[in-house]
Amino acid sequence: MSRQMGDSHRRFLQTMMANGMVDEQGAKRVYQYCCEIHNTQHAPDKLDDFIETINSKLQPMFMNIRKGMSEESGDQFYALVNMAETHVTRMTSDYADNELELFRKTLDLIVYSEKGNASSTDILNSADTMTTKKLKKSETQQLLNRLVHDNWLNEKRGEYTLSTRCIIEMEPYIRTMYQDQVKVCHICRNIAFQCQICENPTCGIKIHNPCVARYYKGKAEPRCPACEDFWPHEIPEVRRPRSQSRK
Amino acid sequence: MSHRKKPSNAHGSSQSTSNAGPTATQEEEDDATFTQPSTMQVQKGLEKLTPAQVDQKTAEVVQYFLVKDQKKIPIRRADLVKHVVKEYRNIYPEIMKRAARTFDQVFGLKMVEIDPKNHLYILINKLEPVTGASPITNPTNPKLGLLFVILSVIFMKGGVVRESVVWKILKNLGVDIGEKHEEFGDSKKVVIEEFVRQRYLEYVRIPHTEPVEHQFRWGQRAEVEVSKPNILLFMGALHGQEPQSWSQQYQEAHRAPNSSQSGTSSQR
Ligand SMILES: [Zn+2]
Ligand SMILES: [Zn+2]
Repeated sequence: MSRQMGDSHRRFLQTMMANGMVDEQGAKRVYQYCCEIHNTQHAPDKLDDFIETINSKLQPMFMNIRKGMSEESGDQFYALVNMAETHVTRMTSDYADNELELFRKTLDLIVYSEKGNASSTDILNSADTMTTKKLKKSETQQLLNRLVHDNWLNEKRGEYTLSTRCIIEMEPYIRTMYQDQVKVCHICRNIAFQCQICENPTCGIKIHNPCVARYYKGKAEPRCPACEDFWPHEIPEVRRPRSQSRK
Repeated sequence: MSHRKKPSNAHGSSQSTSNAGPTATQEEEDDATFTQPSTMQVQKGLEKLTPAQVDQKTAEVVQYFLVKDQKKIPIRRADLVKHVVKEYRNIYPEIMKRAARTFDQVFGLKMVEIDPKNHLYILINKLEPVTGASPITNPTNPKLGLLFVILSVIFMKGGVVRESVVWKILKNLGVDIGEKHEEFGDSKKVVIEEFVRQRYLEYVRIPHTEPVEHQFRWGQRAEVEVSKPNILLFMGALHGQEPQSWSQQYQEAHRAPNSSQSGTSSQR
C-alpha cells in the first residue's frame, strides 16, 4: 500500500532534517502540529504509520527515519539517517580523512570495551598509530570536542560514549564491521554498548541499563533472563521519561 | 564510515599543493566544455542504462544537494557534473528533472537556478512559512539573526548600504566587528565571507573611494528565500508601527515576485 505524501509529511521531514533527531514526545507534537497546519487527519497513535509513509518515499534516496533508544535514559528517539553506502555522507563532508580515521579508532575502542566507552587518554594514544596525516594532541582534543558538539559522541568526565543519534545512524555499519564483537540487548534486541553483562561465562548476555531497570522492576531476586543465574549487578531505578530532551 | 580511496593519501603530504593553482580555471573550462546534451542524446543514453542505475545516480545528486544546502552553499553545475554526475553527463537533464521532482514531492523543496550564467543552484522551501511557535525548538542558527538584521537594514534603506552603516548598527546591537564575538567569533568574517559565499549578501567595493569602502546588497539567495513582507512585519514589531507606514518598502514587498513565491504552488 503506497499512501501519498502530503504537505504535513513534508513539513515533518523538514523538521527532522533541521533537527537530525527528535525524542518521542517531540515527534508526536511535531506530527500533530504538521497535521493541524495542513488540515489533515491526525491520529495520535498513528505516528509510526505516518513516518512509514515518509520512509517509503525516502528509501529510494537511501534515507530513512529510524527509531532508537537512548542507552542512558531509555527514552525513544527518532533520527533521520542516511544509508548511502558511505553511511556517513554528512560526516565525510564535515570531517577530513584523518579525522574520520580517528573517529573510526574511537569507535574501535568503544566497541571492544567492556562498558561501551573510551577514555580520552586511550583515544589520544590511539592517535599515535594513525596511517593518515597524524593529529597532534591538541588537534585530537579539539576534534573530540567537535564530535561531541556535532552529536556523534557523548562525554562525561573524560569518558567518551556513542551518542544515541550515532548509534541509530551507524547501527548497520557497526553490525557489519564488528560482526563478532557487537552484541544486542537481550531485552530490546537493539545493539548494546552501555549495558550490564551476565557474569556466567557460558552466557554473557547484555542488557541496557534502562532495560535492566524496566525488566527487574518489582522482582525480588533478579535472575538472568537467559541462563537463570543470579544477576549480580546493581539494578537502576526506572527513570521517568523527560520531555524535550535532546541527546 | 567511508572507505574512500584517495590515491593521494598514499604519498604523504608533499603532493597536495601542486595543483592548487589551476583548479579554478580548470573548473571553468569543465563547465564551458559541458554542453547540455540534446533530447536525442538523452534518449539514447537512457536506453543504455537500467532504471536502477538512473535511480541510483538521481539519489546521489539529491544527497549532494542536501549536504551542500545544509551549509547553504550554492551548488555549481560544474562541480555537480564533475563530482557526482560524472559518466552520466549524457543524461544530465533527465537526472536533474528527477532530482527536482523528488525535492518537490518528497521534501517540499524547490530547486532554483539563481545564476543562469554560472549555473548555480539552491534549494528553497516550498511550504508556507508558519508564524507562531513550532512545538519543538529548532536549533536556530544564531547567525541567521545577524543576517536577518543586515538584510532588514539593506531593505529599509532602499537596497544598498555602505558597510560603515551596517557596522555601526551592529555595534549598537552588541556585535562589534573589531572584537571577537563569543558566538560568532570573527563577526566581520561571518558577514563578508560566509554570508557572501552563501549568496545571502553581495559585498562590493564602491568605486573611487579612498580609503576603500564597500557596500552591501541582497544576494541572490536572499532574493528568492527571504520574505520581504516578513521583514516589514519584523520592523513593525520592533518599532511598534504598522508595516504599511513604510509605504515605499510596503509596495516593494508586496509587488516583488518573491513575496508570492511560496503561494504559487497551486495544488494545495
Ligand atoms: Zn535494551
Ligand atoms: Zn546469563
